[in-house]
Amino acid sequence: MPDIKVTPLGAGQDVGRSCILVSVGGKNIMLDCGMHMGYNDDRRFPDFSYITQNGRLTDFLDCVIISHFHLDHCGALPYMSEMVGYDGPIYMTHPTKAICPILLEDFRKITVDKKGETNFFTSQMIKDCMKKVVPLNLHQTVQVDDELEIKAYYAGHVLGAAMVLIKVGSESVVYTGDYNMTPDRHLGAAWIDKCRPDILISESTYATTIRDSKRCRERDFLKKVHETIERGGKVLIPVFALGRAQELCILLETFWERMNLKAPIYFSTGLTEKANHYYKLFITWTNQKIRKTFVQRNMFEFKHIKAFDRSYADNPGPMVVFATPGMLHAGQSLQIFKKWAGNEKNMVIMPGYCVQGTVGHKILNGQKKLEMEGRATLEVKLQVEYMSFSAHADAKGIMQLIRMAEPRNMLLVHGEAKKMEFLKDKIEQEFSISCYMPANGETTTVTTNPSVPVDISLNLLKREMALGGPLPDPKKPRTMHGTLIMKDSSLRLVSPEQALKELGLSEHQLRFTCRVHLQDPHSDSDTLSRIYSHLKSVLKGYAVQHLPDGTVMVESIVLKVSSSGEDPNLKVILLSWSYQDEELGSFLSSLLKKGLPSGL
Amino acid sequence: MAAHLKKRVYEEFSKVVQQQPHEEVPAKKLRLTKPSKSAALHIDLCKATNPTDALQYLLSFARKPVEAESVEGVVRILLEHYYKEVDNSVRLKIASLLGLLSKTPGFSPDCIVDDVISTLSNDKSNQVLAQLLDTLLVIGTQLPENTAVTQRLIEVACKHLNSTYFGVRNKCLQLLGCLGTVDKPLTKESEAGTSIAPLRDVQNLISDYFGDQDPRVRTASIKAMLQLHGRGMKLQQTAYSQACKLLNDDYEQVRSAAVQMVWVLSQLYPESIVPIPSSNEEIRLIDDSFGKICHMVSDGSWMVRVQAAKLLGSMQQVSPHFLEQTLDKKLMSDLRRKRTAHERAKELYASGEFSSGRKWADDAPKEKVDTSGVNLIDSGACGAFVHGLEDEMYEVRIAAVEALCSLAQSSPSFAEKCLDFLVDMFNDEIEEVRLQSIHALRQISTHITLREDQLDTVLAVLEDSSRDIREALHELLCYTNVSTKECIQLALLELLKNLTKYPTDRNSVWKCLKFLGARHPTLVLPSVPELLSTHPYFDTPEPDMDDPAYIAVLVLVFNAAKSCPTMPALFSDHTFRHYAYLRDSLSHLVPHLRLPGRKQTAVLGSELSEVGSGSLESAQQFLQESLVRVSTLQNLDSPGAQDLLDFTIRDLKRLGELQTELAGSADFCATYLHCQLLLMKALQEKLWNMAVPLCLKQNAMASTAAQQILEETYKLEFLYSGLETRQVATIHNVRLQAKALQLILTARTKRGVEPLIGLCEKFLQEVELFQRLFMSELPHFQDSFVEKLLELMPRLVACKPLDLVKILQTTLRQSRFIHLKLPEQIHRASATIIEPTGESDNPLRFTSGLVVALDIDATLEHVQDPQTTVKVQVLYPDGQSHIIHPKPGDFRTPGPGRVRLITQVYLSHSAWTEPCQIEVRLLLAYSSSSSRLAAPKPAWNESTEGLPTSESSVEGTINLSKPVKVFIMPKPARR
Repeated sequence: MPDIKVTPLGAGQDVGRSCILVSVGGKNIMLDCGMHMGYNDDRRFPDFSYITQNGRLTDFLDCVIISHFHLDHCGALPYMSEMVGYDGPIYMTHPTKAICPILLEDFRKITVDKKGETNFFTSQMIKDCMKKVVPLNLHQTVQVDDELEIKAYYAGHVLGAAMVLIKVGSESVVYTGDYNMTPDRHLGAAWIDKCRPDILISESTYATTIRDSKRCRERDFLKKVHETIERGGKVLIPVFALGRAQELCILLETFWERMNLKAPIYFSTGLTEKANHYYKLFITWTNQKIRKTFVQRNMFEFKHIKAFDRSYADNPGPMVVFATPGMLHAGQSLQIFKKWAGNEKNMVIMPGYCVQGTVGHKILNGQKKLEMEGRATLEVKLQVEYMSFSAHADAKGIMQLIRMAEPRNMLLVHGEAKKMEFLKDKIEQEFSISCYMPANGETTTVTTNPSVPVDISLNLLKREMALGGPLPDPKKPRTMHGTLIMKDSSLRLVSPEQALKELGLSEHQLRFTCRVHLQDPHSDSDTLSRIYSHLKSVLKGYAVQHLPDGTVMVESIVLKVSSSGEDPNLKVILLSWSYQDEELGSFLSSLLKKGLPSGL
Repeated sequence: MAAHLKKRVYEEFSKVVQQQPHEEVPAKKLRLTKPSKSAALHIDLCKATNPTDALQYLLSFARKPVEAESVEGVVRILLEHYYKEVDNSVRLKIASLLGLLSKTPGFSPDCIVDDVISTLSNDKSNQVLAQLLDTLLVIGTQLPENTAVTQRLIEVACKHLNSTYFGVRNKCLQLLGCLGTVDKPLTKESEAGTSIAPLRDVQNLISDYFGDQDPRVRTASIKAMLQLHGRGMKLQQTAYSQACKLLNDDYEQVRSAAVQMVWVLSQLYPESIVPIPSSNEEIRLIDDSFGKICHMVSDGSWMVRVQAAKLLGSMQQVSPHFLEQTLDKKLMSDLRRKRTAHERAKELYASGEFSSGRKWADDAPKEKVDTSGVNLIDSGACGAFVHGLEDEMYEVRIAAVEALCSLAQSSPSFAEKCLDFLVDMFNDEIEEVRLQSIHALRQISTHITLREDQLDTVLAVLEDSSRDIREALHELLCYTNVSTKECIQLALLELLKNLTKYPTDRNSVWKCLKFLGARHPTLVLPSVPELLSTHPYFDTPEPDMDDPAYIAVLVLVFNAAKSCPTMPALFSDHTFRHYAYLRDSLSHLVPHLRLPGRKQTAVLGSELSEVGSGSLESAQQFLQESLVRVSTLQNLDSPGAQDLLDFTIRDLKRLGELQTELAGSADFCATYLHCQLLLMKALQEKLWNMAVPLCLKQNAMASTAAQQILEETYKLEFLYSGLETRQVATIHNVRLQAKALQLILTARTKRGVEPLIGLCEKFLQEVELFQRLFMSELPHFQDSFVEKLLELMPRLVACKPLDLVKILQTTLRQSRFIHLKLPEQIHRASATIIEPTGESDNPLRFTSGLVVALDIDATLEHVQDPQTTVKVQVLYPDGQSHIIHPKPGDFRTPGPGRVRLITQVYLSHSAWTEPCQIEVRLLLAYSSSSSRLAAPKPAWNESTEGLPTSESSVEGTINLSKPVKVFIMPKPARR
């Protein structure tokens, strides 16, 4: 039996460093090639030595597919392609291809220039790596080679995020990457058709969470910002450059527009501006509202949001500032925070999760005094708000996707083991399909039951159609007679006559004969006519004939009666039927063995 | 008869005029064209050497209409060619033409049924077969009564059902759906014996194809079933389980049709019991189907989602238990049960503490969830609306809001529950959705009372920059119940904020506060001192009376005081003065109050109000009496008649001012009498006895009178709604009189007969038109001008123009008044321009040659079909006038009979030296051909060429509103 093997090199019962190897139908595919944010050593990148100890990966991989531009999904790409060595195609969507190098470059700068690491990939390597990228469009089927084809679906998580369907022959795998089943202010919801893959590899970040409606959170967020502005306070929103930042911008921008507000909104420059540029370009990847209104106005051409200058932080009056980084651990956001922390009219809104040890985490836990470098303490008087805007599918969303795709097996990655366990149980219970959650390096094997296509001759098919009842029923399998010819790796089902003709064979007749002994006191001809009338009454709808030469014909079956020499009462019935009428023949013989009914 | 006479007139004038074709005339014409038509086709088709040519001929032939009489001939020719034709595409086109032709009105297609059926059994091409079946379908729908044909067609359909081509199967199913009957089994087929299924009815037969391999056929089978239902057949419940299976189909159109099917069955058998699979329990079918359709709200295709969400709204018999599940979504965080924000808000409210929103972990999960108990895929209805309202496509969201609204209207408890969700929708990104949810909330507002936190969210929308949203919200607040005094204060505060931010909302805000005050007098009472800023010991400064905000507060307080007699005691002196002022200036917003210490006015007021209630009848009586009195006037020359008319008109006008309910009727009567008066004056003895040259002055007077009467009659006809045919006929009578007068005057002043010929002709046409339009009303017109005219018609038609004028003159002077009978309800169309107000002294400056947009905001009342009739006129000081047609989208309908026009007109002019005023007004456009009793439209195959287009169709406009002056200043362009 053929099987599909899935081995996570990263993201197996873990979040970060997504890298999953899939071999299906003899093809090896790498899904995502991410890095781990939590490590600064070798564990940062997936262990490519699993694939091959030495030498390049090109011989072992047929293609690499990147689902979206987050570093935990594409961070190790230049390392793999340039430093380990891979020359095959890398597939990603257009927006991912555009944004990915910016992030990689930024990441490289931080690691190399700030932390002074050596033996890291260079700018040139990023460029070389991007040259190997083949862009994908949504719902476009791309032939990687003769047998392997891939197709991208919208995933909603970030701009350009995609789910991929990988298909070799009749075996298929869907990898979701990160996805979001609830639409937000700038992106739509993930969607897939009923492709019924053999395995659905899904992320499970929020395996145990069912989230509240997005509207409540949005409303709360807007209300808080609005109130602070009305009080004359300043609002600081620390964000990471891509993803949520754009969503919040759109949210505030439309709110400002709707409510006719005048207070300025600033956006700290740099990466974000570049990214915004791409959001403007890839308008087709956004949600319905933005797509429909962009003819009048591109929503990402912000009217109220302007670039931030450091000096603005001291301006009087209300303002809203988006600043990087998102956890208040360094950079511009921290500087502004320090300036504004003393005033209770101001507010800081943390739109995402904060790692322990960062300023963000501390203030979220209610710490009122912060120790800064140089033994200075900072009193936190401003209001601290927490608003979670996450773009992963929750448990319900995952279930919804499973319902949409109807996979035969399920495989969970990108989540915590304990939470996966829960979801796995639920999936097995509710869909009664098997669900796997391999750890890193662990291989899951799923046997598949691929269908073998056979060409059937049209004449044969038509003949069978004509034989069958008037109502075709696709649910019921039907048996048909034919000859299977296997020739030059092609399978054909043809009618026996044609097969004989093709193979140049002559037809042989096969007949079965059988004697049945019967106790009957009548004469031979009487017995025959009794048999005739008996059969006539039993076999309605069949042609039963009494021929003048002392035989009875049932379709093509011949019956003859002779009495045995010793006992005149013991009649011997000779039955003879051809191979095609085997069924009827054996039925007749067993019927006659029971004897004739006495009534005749 | 009339036509015959008319012909003679025409002969005499020796002028050919195209006339309205009468019964026999077109028939004759058609007989002439018939052979040529089919012959032409025949020749064309014979000429065609190859299929492409033939196809071209057929295509061009299809563009031209064919008369009912010649259809059969054409069909024969087509069929003849059909038999000869070998090319499939040509045969296909012929088949489709047959279908098209059998739709011709007046042609009975039963004669070609046999031919089509016989061709059907001979043809081999599947496409052609499908097209032929389609033709049969057309024929079948044309002959619903002919059971024999129907039966035959059904047999044909059954025979072709097992075709291998999907199109043929589709059409067969369609035929069955359109023609089949459920109660009668298809006996013929079962008799034929060979079939495996004995005694099957149409429904059974169709439902066999629910499992067809082709999705298109599956869809067609469900559609056919729905068609059966649409034709009033009762479907059997057995289809339910099959339809439910199809809900999981791979193809969206199948699922979409299946959803409809399930819904139909749920409406047919709401109470029957169905088992729940995998358990022993049973539930009502409506509940089961509700659950299933709810499930479809999270379908993969948005079309299906929209449909499912829409259908949910109409399933009102569903049990409350299931209904409430649709809003349920158990939250979970890390396997701990979490409360929704809605629940938290409610609890905070219950515990007396208003949401501070400052705790970042206040949504921290509480109890641990039992892992086995969590059901992630919900059976049925769970959270359907939660999904629907969060959907990606706004179409789905709107559908969900609508469904929510209609379900909530029938279930108060559900209304209470869905409140939070609707309020959440106020923040949707698409304005349409926001607007829809505000409207939805207004519709269910009778069932609900808003909590403070909910009100807070609702009020936040008041700052929206979209005017529609704000006004919808004001409308909503008018109907809202709130629970506490704080809510009232909150609402007032926000409304005042709104007022300062958007001063144009003034009227709407005041109106809103009026209802808010009247609804919650007891809640307003405790905060009155605060609202009016009175102090127990000190006098506070008197607020500015012109401040819109202060007026807003007063409107609230006064309306509350109306049903709260203790309130006026809290007023200070100036409040009473302000009351008197406002009662006069804004009487529609400030109710009448019984004020203590103001005995006199109070007594007077109460009397007044009693009079007010009783006066409607007396006013009506007065109106009737005046009319009766006037109707006694038989002769125009009787002494005092003019005076009587004068006084009556004056009385009626005043009555209209006093009694707003009767304003329409009174105005109508007054205008009508005014017409009579003018006519009377014009026909005075003196004028007509004098020689022509001596009375030029009188002539001028009479002609202006005639002109004026004409204008007034147009006003009468088009400005008032609620007229009956009889009134319209009366008006037309007066108009004819005026026209006759005009004719006479022209005859007197103009030399020669030539110009008269045309005029006389036109007049006669009009008389005839009158006869055609108001035939049924003629008995009421005894002794009237028109009646006499019609009597004299034979003579009129025959005589010379000058004689005609003479006859007219005597008839006109002899004819009697028509007594006006008032219809039940007459409303006068009116319009007021709210914006621009015309008060601004700042000219609108713009560069000459460029345009400036002027915002216009107006309310229209009792205007019928405003989209087509209402125009904006801009009159420049140099006499130039522009008429602008507002877009249909600029008209909004906030209530019945009321229309709001919010539009922009573009002004432009060459440079002026100083600012000057232009006038803007609304016009009502009319054309007498679009009269309410418009002549029947010609059928499509009647030739329109022969119709006299100029047939007395008078286009014109009536002023609908007072003009508003706008100061503008086009500056010369700088170079």
